[in-house]
Parts: sequence; structure tokens; C-alpha cells
Amino acid sequence: MAVVNPLAPGRGARWVIGVGVGLLFAVPFAATVLFTLTPLPGGSGLSVDRWIALVDPANAAKYRPLWTGLGNSLTLAGVTVLLVLGLFTPTMVLVALAFPRLRRVFEFVALLPISLPAIVLVVGLTPLYLQIGRTLGTGAWTLAFAYGILVLPFAYRSIQASIDAIDVKTLSEAARTLGAGWGSVLLRVIVPNLRQGLLAAALISVAVVLGEFTIASLLNRQTLQTALIVVNKQDGYVAAIFTLLALALAFVLLLVIGRVGRIGVGRKTS
Amino acid sequence: MTITDREDAPSRTRSAGVELRDVVKEYGSTRVLHGVDLDVHPGEFVSLLGPSGCGKTTALRVLAGLERPTAGDVRIGGREVSGVPTNKRDIGMVFQSYSLFPHLRAIDNTAFGLRRRGVAAGEARRRAGDALDLVGLGHLADRFSHQLSGGQQQRVALARALVTEPRVLLLDEPLSALDAQVRVQLRDEIRRIQLRLGTTTVFVTHDQEEALAVSDRVAVMGSGRILQFGAPEDLYLRPASAEVAAFVGASSLVPGRVVGDTVTVWGQTLPLVSPAAAGACEVFVRPENLRIVAPDATGIDAVVEQSTFLGSVRRSLVRVADGSRVHVQHPADQRREPGESVRVRLDEVAVLARPVPAVSS
Repeated sequence: MAVVNPLAPGRGARWVIGVGVGLLFAVPFAATVLFTLTPLPGGSGLSVDRWIALVDPANAAKYRPLWTGLGNSLTLAGVTVLLVLGLFTPTMVLVALAFPRLRRVFEFVALLPISLPAIVLVVGLTPLYLQIGRTLGTGAWTLAFAYGILVLPFAYRSIQASIDAIDVKTLSEAARTLGAGWGSVLLRVIVPNLRQGLLAAALISVAVVLGEFTIASLLNRQTLQTALIVVNKQDGYVAAIFTLLALALAFVLLLVIGRVGRIGVGRKTS
Repeated sequence: MTITDREDAPSRTRSAGVELRDVVKEYGSTRVLHGVDLDVHPGEFVSLLGPSGCGKTTALRVLAGLERPTAGDVRIGGREVSGVPTNKRDIGMVFQSYSLFPHLRAIDNTAFGLRRRGVAAGEARRRAGDALDLVGLGHLADRFSHQLSGGQQQRVALARALVTEPRVLLLDEPLSALDAQVRVQLRDEIRRIQLRLGTTTVFVTHDQEEALAVSDRVAVMGSGRILQFGAPEDLYLRPASAEVAAFVGASSLVPGRVVGDTVTVWGQTLPLVSPAAAGACEVFVRPENLRIVAPDATGIDAVVEQSTFLGSVRRSLVRVADGSRVHVQHPADQRREPGESVRVRLDEVAVLARPVPAVSS
């Protein structure tokens, strides 16, 4: 790969761009970290007191909404991932296998939510959630139905890329002739070969759900993001700490996605 | 040859006879199979031969249960299986496109069918290993499909299809993606293994040489129908129709005239394979039935246009005095140059004639 791109910036220019962009991200990040290290009233210098205060039982009542919100968000992330893997994925496989001509329509519908602002979605969701509230209750997990729609575009892209990479039709026909029922075909042949796409879809879904605010707020649900806003009004430091924690979680998720991608590549070249 | 007398015959293997009875398949308003009848005996190797689009693959997929026939019966081992899903038909199939499961090693691919039948993991792997040995790939058992060549992948696919000792082995052009040398090698190997295991086999191909080389019987298909079903020698020597003759053997067409049960070509009178309408006709002649003879011998003058070396023989395209072009096969040491004048004649063999097709404008 000794091809040199004539348009590529030179060595010096690359450093300037790298440092510039790095600073752009690093400055607010560092500022937030410093902010959370502000000493409690009466203290001086930098201190981790505010981080420690977070787990102090004495403050439990004050921070309860945050922990509740975090718990709700994680539950929602789990249910949303279940919807993506248990409902959306089999549907995509079904379209690929039995209704290839529906693919364009399906793609359009799946990508549609990305073009709709959350505020617009809520207008339609509100009456639906009145019904859901009456039948399934108002548990935090019910918001996963809305989130399932919200993550469709992201999930679709990564899963479809994996489906396109294999010959789903021939593989499932081969499995059928070998005596596999449809359940076996899906779980033992198709899913293992979509592994990468499914994992990416799941992790992106988690990231979307943890970061969603508008719908949760307007439908009066308590999630990590809505709790952050509430707490921020009383204690800006705690909100900053949770923001940093959320960032760290997202960073770990991205690392996992990258790692899994590399494992796949490694297998192909070994 | 009824089902019952075949079922009474004791059989070493689990091989079953296969029957298609008046099978029709339509996609919307397009009819791709027009009432196909096929009767394959237990342990027999039958090829479905025909040009692309003739319905041979559809017929095979109907047998496998991957397509549902619009009408007609499908029987495996004498039992009607139209309502039986593919995974319960106890078949083995090798596809044209590579179909190994990418996430499994060769050995686990091969063991897949056994595992689905409830064979314990250790036992399944042992038998899969034996099956890989059978196709000569025991040493590559731990490879993934992307680490195998095309020919090796199809061998593993064959082992995978055979390891469950299926009642019928279905081969859907398994060789067409391979290069020429591997194709012939694997073709002969499939036949060797089939003879050894005695598995009833239906082999779909568009390559007549392939079909004639390995089959007990060949069904020549065209436009969704079986045109002729018989031993390779029969098809070659006694094609039932001009369509079959045109597809089996590299025939050239030359003008002739039918008189009674003989036909006159280039002043020679030859017997007919099957009766044809009297009058002007087109006669099928095969390269191996034409000779280049001495300039003063009986025959017709011709000019060499092209000469191809085929290894053991040479095949030349010559333009005959009456304007038609024919291929002549001759010993490889007789080198013919383009433009050279030669004299050709036909062997005294029975030939097939068809009426001159109406000229359409």
C-alpha cells in the first residue's frame, strides 16, 4: 500500500490539524473534569470530594432521581436491544429471504425516523402512549417502543451490511437440506454470520437510548438525561460528573465495537 | 418398472427411488415446468441436461422441496412428499454457489447435518472426519471456508451432503464455478464416490460432456419439458429429436434431401435414425463422422477456415462447396492451414434429419 495521495496534507500540516481537532475536544472535556474537582465550600485547591459525595449514603435522597434515571435508562437500553435483536433482525432476514422486492420499501421505512425530529415524533407518540399507559401501564420500560423506532436507522444500516456480506438464501437453503428447521437456520446459521452487525446494532442502540432526552422529557418519563437536567438545577457539579460517566460508558462501547470489528477482520486474513 | 417391484428389492443402502409425476411449476403467469415426468431408480445416477432456463434447476428444487410445484406429485422412496418440508426429506444437496457456513470450520460444516439429526457432538465429528477423508480433505478439517479453494469448498459441501447418508443426493451444477481441470477431476470423483456409496443421485448440468461422462441415464430438457430420457449412448447415437441432437454432441447442420428412409447428403446416401418428411431437410453431422480424404476419393470439396488443436485430436472448421460450414475431426498430426483445399466425406452411419425451418421475416 505505497500509494501516496497527492492531495494528502504534509507531515507538518497533519500535526497542526491533529492538535487543533484534539484541542477542540480536549478543552471542554478538561474543563468539565476540572469543574467536578472544585472543592466543597470551605475547601481549597482541587479535590475529589464531589465524586465521593456521590456515593455517600447521606446524599442518597438528593441523588435518588439520578440513580433511578440511570436504572430506567439501562432497562430501556436492554428492552430496546431485545426489540432490535428479537423482532427487527428476524424481520430483516425474512425480507432478505422471502420478500427481496420489499427491500427498498423496508429500507425507506427503517431509515425514516432519522429524518423526523424527536419533537415531531412525540406529537404522534402522545396519543399512542395514552393507550399504552392504559393497557401496559406507565412503567419506564414502555418507552422502549418509541426507542425501538428511534434506533431503526442505525440498527438497519449495520445489520443490512452484514446480511449483504453473506448469501443468506443459499446458506439457509443449504441448512434446510441438511435437516435444519427454521429456528436452527436462524440461530445456528444466520445469526452467527451476522454477529458483527448485530453487535454494532446493539451497542449503537444502547448509546442512542442513553443519550435520548426529548421524547423521555415530553412523555414525562424519568431517564438518565431527564434526571440530569433536574439535578443540574440544584447541583451542577453532579450533572457534570454524570455527563463524564456517560461519556466514559460511550467510549467503552465504541472500543468494544472496534474490537469486535477487528476480530472479524483478523479471522478473514489469518 | 413400477414402484412396488423396486421397493421389494433388498437394498444395501438407504437409497430411495425418486419420481416426478406430471410436475407443473408456474411463477405467476410464467410456466417453467410443463408436466415433467421423471423416474430415477434407487442407486442410479441421473443427469438433468439442458440449456439455461430449461427448467432443470427448478425440477431439482421441486425435488428438494425448495420450490412448491403448482401441480403434480413428487415421490421419494415411493412416498408422496409434496407436504414434507425440505428439512424432513432426508436429502443431501450441493449448490452451484459456495454454500459452506462461513462461521464454521470444514469439520463442523460437515457435522452440521448429523448434529441436526441428534447425533452426539463427538460421534458427529468422527463421522464428519471420515466423510472429509472420503473426499480427500481430511487434512483440511480445521480450515474455514475462506481458507479453501473453490474446488475444496465444493468437496467439503459434497462431504457435508453425504455424511448423513441421505436417501437422495441432489447436485445443482456443483462444478460450474470451477476451472476446467478441477471440474473434470471432481466430476470423476463424484461418480466414484456415488458408485461406492450407491446413493441415488440427480445431477443438474448444462455441460453435455459432463452429463454423458458420469450418468447412468440422462434426461435432456428443453423449455420446461423432458425431451428424451435414456442412457448416454442412446442419446448420442439415437437422439429422439432434432432438438436433442442439437444439444448432445457438437453437430453441424448441412442441407440434404430425404428419400424414403434414407437421406442424400453431398451425393452420399445414408440411413436415417428416425423417419423424416420427404424432401429438403437439414442433416445433423458430427465432427467424428466426417473424414478428410485424398483429393481423388469420393467426397465433396471444401476449404479450411480454421483448425483447432485439442490435444489428442484436431478439429477443423471447413466451408463445403454447397456453402455450409462443418467441423471435421481428424488426427492431431494432420495439420491443416486456413485456406487449404481439402476433400471431405461422411462415414456410412445413420444420421438425423429435420425439415428445413420455415424462413420467417
